[in-house]
Amino acid sequence: MGDVSTAGLDGLAERLRVVAGAGNVITDPAELRTYECDGLTYHRATPGIVVLPDSAEQIAEIVRACTAEGVPYIARGSGTGLSGGALPRTDGVLIVTSRMRRILEIDIDDERAVVEPGVINLDVTKAVRSQGYYYAPDPSSQQICSIGGNVAENSGGAHCLKYGFTVNHVLACEVVTPDGEIVEISEAPGYDLLGAFVGSEGTLGITTKITVRLTRLPEKVETLLAAFDTIESAGEAVSAIISAGVVPAAIEMMDALSIEAAEAAVACDYPPGAGAVLVVELDGPTAEVDHQFAQVKELCDAAFEIRVAADDTERALIWRGRKSAFAAVGRISPDYIVQDGVIPRTALPEVLARIDELSGDSGVRVANVFHAGDGNLHPLVLFDDAVPGAAERAEMVSGQILDLCIEHGGSITGEHGVGVDKAKHMPRMFTEEDLDTMQMVRCAFDPAGLCNPGKVYPTPRLCGEVPGRRTGVHPLVESGKADLF
Amino acid sequence: MEDFRELLDDCVHCGFCLPTCPTYQLWGEEMDSPRGRIHLMSQHEQGEPLSGPMIEHFDRCLGCMACVTACPSGVKYDRLIEVTRAKVEDERPRGRTDRLLREAIFAFFPYPKRLRLLRGPLRAYQASKINMAPLLNRISPTLAAMERLAPPRASHVRLPERVAARGERRAVVGMLTGCVQREFFPGVNAATARVLAMEGCDVVISKDQGCCGALSLHSGRAAEARAFAKKTIETFADVDVVVVNAAGCGSAMKDYGDVLADEPEWAERAREFSVKTRDLTEYLAELGPRATRHPLEITVAYHDACHLAHAQGIRVQPRALLAGIPGLEIREIADPEICCGSAGVYNLLQPEAAGELGDRKAANVSATGADLLVAANPGCSLQIATALRRRGEEIAVAHTAEVLDASIRGIGKEQLSPRR
Repeated sequence: MGDVSTAGLDGLAERLRVVAGAGNVITDPAELRTYECDGLTYHRATPGIVVLPDSAEQIAEIVRACTAEGVPYIARGSGTGLSGGALPRTDGVLIVTSRMRRILEIDIDDERAVVEPGVINLDVTKAVRSQGYYYAPDPSSQQICSIGGNVAENSGGAHCLKYGFTVNHVLACEVVTPDGEIVEISEAPGYDLLGAFVGSEGTLGITTKITVRLTRLPEKVETLLAAFDTIESAGEAVSAIISAGVVPAAIEMMDALSIEAAEAAVACDYPPGAGAVLVVELDGPTAEVDHQFAQVKELCDAAFEIRVAADDTERALIWRGRKSAFAAVGRISPDYIVQDGVIPRTALPEVLARIDELSGDSGVRVANVFHAGDGNLHPLVLFDDAVPGAAERAEMVSGQILDLCIEHGGSITGEHGVGVDKAKHMPRMFTEEDLDTMQMVRCAFDPAGLCNPGKVYPTPRLCGEVPGRRTGVHPLVESGKADLF
Repeated sequence: MEDFRELLDDCVHCGFCLPTCPTYQLWGEEMDSPRGRIHLMSQHEQGEPLSGPMIEHFDRCLGCMACVTACPSGVKYDRLIEVTRAKVEDERPRGRTDRLLREAIFAFFPYPKRLRLLRGPLRAYQASKINMAPLLNRISPTLAAMERLAPPRASHVRLPERVAARGERRAVVGMLTGCVQREFFPGVNAATARVLAMEGCDVVISKDQGCCGALSLHSGRAAEARAFAKKTIETFADVDVVVVNAAGCGSAMKDYGDVLADEPEWAERAREFSVKTRDLTEYLAELGPRATRHPLEITVAYHDACHLAHAQGIRVQPRALLAGIPGLEIREIADPEICCGSAGVYNLLQPEAAGELGDRKAANVSATGADLLVAANPGCSLQIATALRRRGEEIAVAHTAEVLDASIRGIGKEQLSPRR
């Protein structure tokens, strides 16, 4: 950071103190450093300034002040993201919404709630559970991740197999645009701006108020834990369940290494000796759940043990192992990368075998946790940063796993987002033309390129620069995966 | 002792600790969350000097250990903050006022005999109905907090050195009488001794015992804490079990193994002592009930003291013991994992934050509509009762031991709960 930009930030800090109050602007170096990364610690950058606003109006003024000075800004919620989507800029302002955590309105009759962006995901459910409702998207970090962050990343979770991602549960967003205007975008005729905004990873604006859909608590929930000798037989059971036409609320798989970690962390007491476990949850009307649960149990007959949760306490214990798995890996490895990729469900056995090979060849251990129902893999690549070269090897294996996903017609992210971490993988999945097109959308919202720059796209094209014309046939068309009309 | 760097590296920065941290709930700032404080500790470990803001964020930590419960990676935050507080005390002399206040607090609290000297003037002040609060508030928020939180008048109870078991003897146990507990809540100690005796224990109450060192340990006064720990280990050398009724004391005594790990001649004794320490409810649950419980028609809001629930993992036993009393109904307090703000001497040193947390807890206690507030720590009871009074509400408070005592003796709830 040069002298000029530092001086610029000093002036900006003064301005922000006026806007947000002196106590809500952080410039102390040690304090700033605590914001240097989110849930992904692999990338770090100490923000130039941190500001903790209290209202949409303050955020709009902050954005205008940044724009006037040409200073980049990044929004952050609880700081639990796993792709570095909220990675700060040393020459920029980090706008933290953790103090905007009021639930503004609960409307049970219309099945919706209006919340501020800093509201914790699980707190929405807590606020409405007694009235028979909940907020369906359930990232594993739901006890701490914020709704604003969920909107930015279009977060998913175990139950998204049946209920869909955040985008399916957001009805409207109040947004501070990069022009510093406060606008409302909602489900309405015309272009689906809400669809474009949700999952835009903070590059199109900052949401300041979110109307979320509330979902009726199901009449009945059944959860089982099935332990298999091998990952392959567990994978076959998943395919069998889906092809039988059953849509469970969730089907989750964990391999032996991740079971070991969860066991060490929360003593979840999964059946010993399992090569893989499946957690299958069904919910809905009692008659339907009872019928399908019997089906599922039959389809899991390759399991050497099936446990059915007798009550909510036992259900919570089954889920506890799964939901703590990421952080629990800290018990068996000093460092790790949480990878996030998608493959067609049918490719599961082959991809897992290839991951196993990669792990064997490189000597890098890989634990596997996944939302098996929709083919969303979460390989956990383990390493010890104290060992020279280990981080680089892990990073390599992690990248190769994504190549595997692309090779099998999948995606480089299912729910964690691209952020800064996977920007470099984007060109492997998309052509230059694809990326140009996406950039044009971005430029329409953020012509100055100051709103969370450096994320999602590897080499941001300057707005106004004319993208080159596509020549030849698009690779997706060539491979038969897409058609041109 | 474990390597500090390794302890720091256990944190993977997932953020699961944030929602259970009282100061993060209050201010929503990273530096006032466990994850942020660990980051600051890490900066210091890497050579960054302790700065004023850093110390402020460490000082603001209540040491409630809710984050230890919440952490999926097994970070030993309790050890981290203990070591850090000691570093703060060693490396950086505090400002004059802060230092004097701390010295004053630590000149009294760990010494029952000195505390006793305070009782007379305190009683006179409380009887006089003079209101010193506005004046004290101007001089020092800490002094004002002391005034607000001063315990109620209670007459001194002298416990014998040995209380014999009723009926067939099942065990011989030592009993820690504590400092604040002994001088300001003598009824709790008397009830504890009676319950243990009625459940078939010979209770040994050594006259020589002093402070267990909890307040010193939890405030970074490491050398003082070690001295208190050694004295306590020696006092209870002859018993196989030491029963404690104050959550903060029990948690410190269970940490002696770590506290004295670097002193070869004490390490083993300290570990053994930690293993034989039991919270009263933990011990009663292990022993199993024998004495008859008489009905108490009363609704109880049970408050999890942090040093019992988070530091010792004891949540089930006290509830089970209370539920074993016929007619007694337990009402759960919302957000039970969040500290009430008492936290040892925190409410004296950080009165503002402690007050806000007290108000939140009081609102949740009030919402239960219970007749009686039960907690295992004298500090919690005082803190919550004071906060309720600010809302214009009164609630009777009791220690778990007093409720069990009232039931076993069949004395009825009126005897149990004079309005405080």
